[in-house]
Amino acid sequence: MEQKTKIDAREGKQELIITREFDLSVELLFKAYSEPELIEQWMGTKVIKLENRNHGSYQFETSYNGNVVFKANGTIHEVLPNQKIIRTFEMENTPIGVQLEFLIFEKLTDSTSKLTMQIIYKSEEHRAEQLKLPFANGINMAHDRLQETLTNLT
Amino acid sequence: MKLRRDVFQAIADPTRRTIISLVAFQAMTPTSIADHFDYSRQTISKHIQILTECEILNQKQKGREIYYQLNPKGMKEIADFIEPFRKMWDDRFNKLETIMKNYKSEK
Repeated sequence: MEQKTKIDAREGKQELIITREFDLSVELLFKAYSEPELIEQWMGTKVIKLENRNHGSYQFETSYNGNVVFKANGTIHEVLPNQKIIRTFEMENTPIGVQLEFLIFEKLTDSTSKLTMQIIYKSEEHRAEQLKLPFANGINMAHDRLQETLTNLT
Repeated sequence: MKLRRDVFQAIADPTRRTIISLVAFQAMTPTSIADHFDYSRQTISKHIQILTECEILNQKQKGREIYYQLNPKGMKEIADFIEPFRKMWDDRFNKLETIMKNYKSEK
């Protein structure tokens, strides 16, 4: 099966580029990023605050079994509807640090679109911490599910 | 390149991948790693040894105990290191696509 989501992580760089094409119009794709209720559904986190505008800010929080297991926040620098979001992102209590994100929304056809996320970290080491995280999170939140994922990795 | 081939061999094994995921969370002693498995201590030691030789894990002496931790430098060499992260985003984006398709049809 072709991989729909691609990640480019060049050695010696401190950035990641995530690209994905969607069977959705660019308007719908952008909406998924701008409506708190929609973000909550696909990110699986609670949106505490989302000021979707230039110089706005946002906060996410996820609880698992009554404990807060994920807290993130950031500042929104620029929002251009259906085109781009420039923001910072910081997952609290992790060694990853603040990252700068450029989200570029592109129309491919009337019903397809492409998202390019360029994420810039403080250093290459901070980027490595980010890549380690899904392993760590799996252990933290659902050990069994992680086992399954790892077993299915071939 | 001998090392590179060995690195891929190291992560080809499911037990070794699980060990990687355990120590990614925190540095661990061989005993605490072995506690997560039904295999013998010797079997787990062997896996830890292979991961150390491939520079995926490194040792850290803390008092009398030896702790194993991830060596991000070694892990960086591995393309597969990105896979769980890619999978996480792929899952999220698949969900986003499904949700927005339903959203569209509700309108």
